[in-house]
Amino acid sequence: MQVTDEQTAALSPEELQRYSRHLTLPEFGQDGQERLKAASVLLVGAGGLGSPAAMYLAAAGVGRIGLVDFDDVEASNLQRQILYGASDVGTSKLNAARARLEDLNPHVTIETHTLRLTSDNALDLIADYDVVADGTDNFPTRYLVNDACVMTGTPNVYASIFRFEGQVSVFATEDGPCYRCVYEEPPPPGLVPSCAEGGVLGILPGMVGTMQATEVIKLLADIGEPLIGRLLMIDALSMNFRTLKLRKNPDCPVCSANPSQTELIDYEAFCGLPSSNGSSDETDTDDDTMSVPEITVQDLKRRRDAGEGPFVLDVRKPFEANIADIGADLLIPHEQVADRLDELEAHKGEEIVVHCRSGARSAEATQVLRQHGFDAKNLKGGTLAWSDEIDDTVPTY
Amino acid sequence: MSTTTDTAPITIHIPTPLRAYTDEQATATVEAATVGAALRALVDHYPELDANLYTDDGTLRSFVNIYRGDEDIRHLDGPDTALEAGDELSIVPSIAGG
Repeated sequence: MQVTDEQTAALSPEELQRYSRHLTLPEFGQDGQERLKAASVLLVGAGGLGSPAAMYLAAAGVGRIGLVDFDDVEASNLQRQILYGASDVGTSKLNAARARLEDLNPHVTIETHTLRLTSDNALDLIADYDVVADGTDNFPTRYLVNDACVMTGTPNVYASIFRFEGQVSVFATEDGPCYRCVYEEPPPPGLVPSCAEGGVLGILPGMVGTMQATEVIKLLADIGEPLIGRLLMIDALSMNFRTLKLRKNPDCPVCSANPSQTELIDYEAFCGLPSSNGSSDETDTDDDTMSVPEITVQDLKRRRDAGEGPFVLDVRKPFEANIADIGADLLIPHEQVADRLDELEAHKGEEIVVHCRSGARSAEATQVLRQHGFDAKNLKGGTLAWSDEIDDTVPTY
Repeated sequence: MSTTTDTAPITIHIPTPLRAYTDEQATATVEAATVGAALRALVDHYPELDANLYTDDGTLRSFVNIYRGDEDIRHLDGPDTALEAGDELSIVPSIAGG
């Protein structure tokens, strides 16, 4: 792999002072520090994992740090995304990240890529870095990052989180397994909720993102035993850490000796989601919806004002309805809809508007209802759109 | 949950995404002689897990990874992998949060 090249860069007097606690580490020393200075890492996602990872990698002195993200900072990010502060809300994440990281360490180069990583740009971007740290928030990008890392020979330090649980491994090294060797296929859409839907303990990405950064440092400085062929499982609730053995799949479609897939593919389609147009846009994968009939929040408001409001079904969890209520007639969590159709039997024949937070879970529920003969429509944008366009006293979360 | 002469008590670790179907329990103890039997015993106790672990024809879903100790059962004998008292099984989910 590229990172074992004997590349180093000389350190200035200021740098020797700044990194003195590294220089006195016998296992690391000046050689390790010079390797870091000559090295580069691409962080895909500047969110919960990318925040602590970027800060520690910058502080440690990795010479060139690239960041890929296209979001703006939201208030709900601040519970865990420590790169950002209250004054950054509403502004570009990467502009804020650049300012914070350059202040933290002016000796490193920060490169910002404000775009959505796609099959069109991933190979060029990733090939320009020694190591990738995958901290994205959706399955299609996980598979895209993996495949592009395999195809460019770039080690992928993988970390992911959910609620109280984290996973870390190093994929796509020359001899080790890749993400596809372990997770050959993604789960169907909707089975694993996103962090927006399922919640995440704010400290968890701090724990896991710093472990991810540790693995990056080890690869770049060529020290220790990286998590190649091992999956670290972290359960913050029980504070239980377990390591599982991973093996290279000799039939892996991407990293085996005779791969069946040698180019990047449409990863939304691979993950069972509607394809994006491949260009940068403002919609999060969480908010992608299936092709079911929709109604806008303005339409719903108009019809309610005219006294002809349709029956409204909320498919979120009860605690979510306590946070943000737009006046639904009934609540059935989306995963229970198929089993509780009898509660809607009285409304067969009339229109049913289905809503959730962003429109993703309600799209699934709408599809289930339509398959059972209900005239269901998905409320586009969910309570977020209602808060944005109709009533800003409805909290967003 | 099931007892026959050849079975052994096994601990199964339930990942967070599936705890919604196990009354939020992080582990379950079953008695079984093979991995397949242990998972069936788990599903018998928590029927809502069935669709998450198995396809309609009763095979394990491709995105469900099962480990005995630290080894993927795909590299052992699959669902026929033998179990001994004290063995730990882990259901390892795909998660993608960041």
